Amino acid sequence: MHSSSLVRALVVAVAAVLTAVACGTSSTANAGTVHVIAVWSGAEQASFMAVLKPFEDQTGIKVQYEASRDEDAILTTRVGAGNPPDLAAAPGPQLLTSFAKQGKVVALNSAIDMNAYQANYSKSWIDLGEPLKDGKLYQIYSWAAVKGLIWYNPKNFQAKGYNVPKSWDDLMALQSQIKGTGTTPWCVALESGSASGWPASDWLKEIVLSQSGPDVYDKWVAGTQKWTSPEIKQAYTTWGQILGTNDGNVYGGKQFMLATNFGDVGTPMFASPPKCYMLNQASFITSFFTKANPALQPSTDFNFFPLPDINSQYAGAHVVAGDAFSMFKDTPQARKLMQYLTTAAAQTIWVKRGGKISPNKQTSLDAYPDVLSKETAAILVNTNIGRYDATDNMPADMKAAAWKSLLDFVSNQNNLDSILANLDKIQATAYK
Amino acid sequence: MDFSVLLTDIPTLLVVVLGVPAVLAAYIVGGEFLVRRLPDANRPQVRPWIWVGPAIFLVAAILLIPAISTAVQSVQDNQGNFVGLSNYATQFSDFPNGGAWVAIRNNIIIWLIFYTLFTLAFGLVLAVLFDRVQYETVVKSLIFMPMAISSVALGVIWKFMYWYQPAGSDQTGTMNAIVTFFRHDPVAWLQDQWPNGIAVLNNLALIGAATWGITGFSMVILSAALKGIPGELLEAARVDGAGELTVFRRVIFPLMMPTIVVVGTTLVIFALKAFDVVYVMTNGNYNTDVLAFRMYNLLYLSHNPAGASAVAIILLVAVIPVLVFNLRQFRAVEARR
Repeated sequence: MHSSSLVRALVVAVAAVLTAVACGTSSTANAGTVHVIAVWSGAEQASFMAVLKPFEDQTGIKVQYEASRDEDAILTTRVGAGNPPDLAAAPGPQLLTSFAKQGKVVALNSAIDMNAYQANYSKSWIDLGEPLKDGKLYQIYSWAAVKGLIWYNPKNFQAKGYNVPKSWDDLMALQSQIKGTGTTPWCVALESGSASGWPASDWLKEIVLSQSGPDVYDKWVAGTQKWTSPEIKQAYTTWGQILGTNDGNVYGGKQFMLATNFGDVGTPMFASPPKCYMLNQASFITSFFTKANPALQPSTDFNFFPLPDINSQYAGAHVVAGDAFSMFKDTPQARKLMQYLTTAAAQTIWVKRGGKISPNKQTSLDAYPDVLSKETAAILVNTNIGRYDATDNMPADMKAAAWKSLLDFVSNQNNLDSILANLDKIQATAYK
Repeated sequence: MDFSVLLTDIPTLLVVVLGVPAVLAAYIVGGEFLVRRLPDANRPQVRPWIWVGPAIFLVAAILLIPAISTAVQSVQDNQGNFVGLSNYATQFSDFPNGGAWVAIRNNIIIWLIFYTLFTLAFGLVLAVLFDRVQYETVVKSLIFMPMAISSVALGVIWKFMYWYQPAGSDQTGTMNAIVTFFRHDPVAWLQDQWPNGIAVLNNLALIGAATWGITGFSMVILSAALKGIPGELLEAARVDGAGELTVFRRVIFPLMMPTIVVVGTTLVIFALKAFDVVYVMTNGNYNTDVLAFRMYNLLYLSHNPAGASAVAIILLVAVIPVLVFNLRQFRAVEARR
């Protein structure tokens, strides 16, 4: 009895293995696989899968996708162990650039169709993909986001008779007007796991770029502009004016700002009565609005205006960010997928699903699913002074310290001088 | 379902399943074969080494050699040049808020004292009290249950417990629901650096979560020690007119002391290597950094293996006195027998 059941189990096991052999050889015999690591999970993962579907169907190449929010650690370990994925996408180029410096990623100049890439992308995106300035392209950008958009609820604005501010002074006036009615004007939420503090850095970057211009901004990113310099200090104090004394302009004060996840930032704004009227976040935040409250409609329930120019000398300055791809293993399958991801056809799939903007000029503005995302895309196209997300382009140490500094600044604005002095110290070693 | 990935690993699997036992068996048989060739007098000197050999090899390969190379790396820069103690100097710079000082303070003062103390005290009290009730097994199982939860899940659960909403909103976090019930303003447990930026409160909040997870461990061991105390001793004390508190203080506690010390030193080591709760709940922000997390950040975030090695060695040095004490204690207990 016992032995016969064992024999039966063995037969089943062997049969299963043989079937697997048959399946395995038939489906992936010639086409092969590509292994991709990125941070997208949940709804974003579903969108990326939708992007990959036509590629898999056309080429027969199978894409093995692995999602991790702790991508820095996973990629560092795998690259260090000599076992990198074929491709990796990162929400900022810094990590991929550090691998490019170590010679761990493949230059893409001969791997993708460079003529098409140069024709379809603006020069700033291509420059961004050549971080070592050696004429070699290490990163391509498939999707982008515009930072520094001020979101508001048009119904609330209408009810109170508030107007969308056209200038920085208007914004300051609106802020004190709302404060005067006993409600906090702003919602800010800074918690984001190991990246806590980054939503505050969006404020800082916009202010630096719009207040002191692209030259200061570029020097700041490159590590030659001191954090204690008047320009950067002024950016902190300007943000401090938005937050108000003791963070009194922000719903829930510093406790709420520090304890609340960035994705939940909109919840108090859509409460009735509203607990705040405005918030600053990149274009992707709309997917969080509608996920928390599916009844919300773009344009009618939420809309945005770009952060007004602070210094008219630098009008139309915007900070952008994007998803960078790098290739770690030079296989024909990886090349094909890389090429596919630069095309408007691939990018349009995610654009249509919402939450992303395509940097490819061929992507039609009609592909955007609603008025808001079309307007955001138009901002990206029409930006006068475009600069990539500053902290994402700083060395990891500097980036982490900058995020942390903003948490410390929120905790106690009076400590600004010692916070900035500490950042200078980190700047002195982080860029080596 | 695509099994092709599985298939590529089948040769590896065969090597592991068949090869490893085969090599071990060959080693033992071969070793014995060689020992038998030796003269009788020499066999007792050689045979133990044959049997201990694999263990020594494993300890060397996965513990000793990495520890030595970590120590070597800690006096080099990231390109492998000798730089003396400058990595340590960086970690010990700018007292009291720079370098690794916040992590050292949290680990070696706050975590070590409170985590150990809370866990021991709760474990002891629970063990002694539950010893006297009918439903002991049931409550002990309940207290022990958090041990079965992974630290990450524990961190997430306690994050919800500490959830913060501004005053006037509904408090969904248990702790703030309790606090506001007593008409106190809600507290941002994990962010509030009370008192005055020294950050005792949020560190204690983290320790509270960690204590909840480990109390079952100390309770079970202490309870076993308690059961080992002969009933005659307690009876004799009571016959002599000792009250229950005196019995506990003069009889039970001294007899449990060796066990308490062993559990205590184990907890001290746990406290020094605290990582997961901090990683999940605060990410070392708001002055809650600990050494193990600092090491992780230096390695993976800053790509600075030399600095991470220095922190690892600092942690090792902090643990060594505890280990020495633990061994001495162990020997003292053995000697008394």
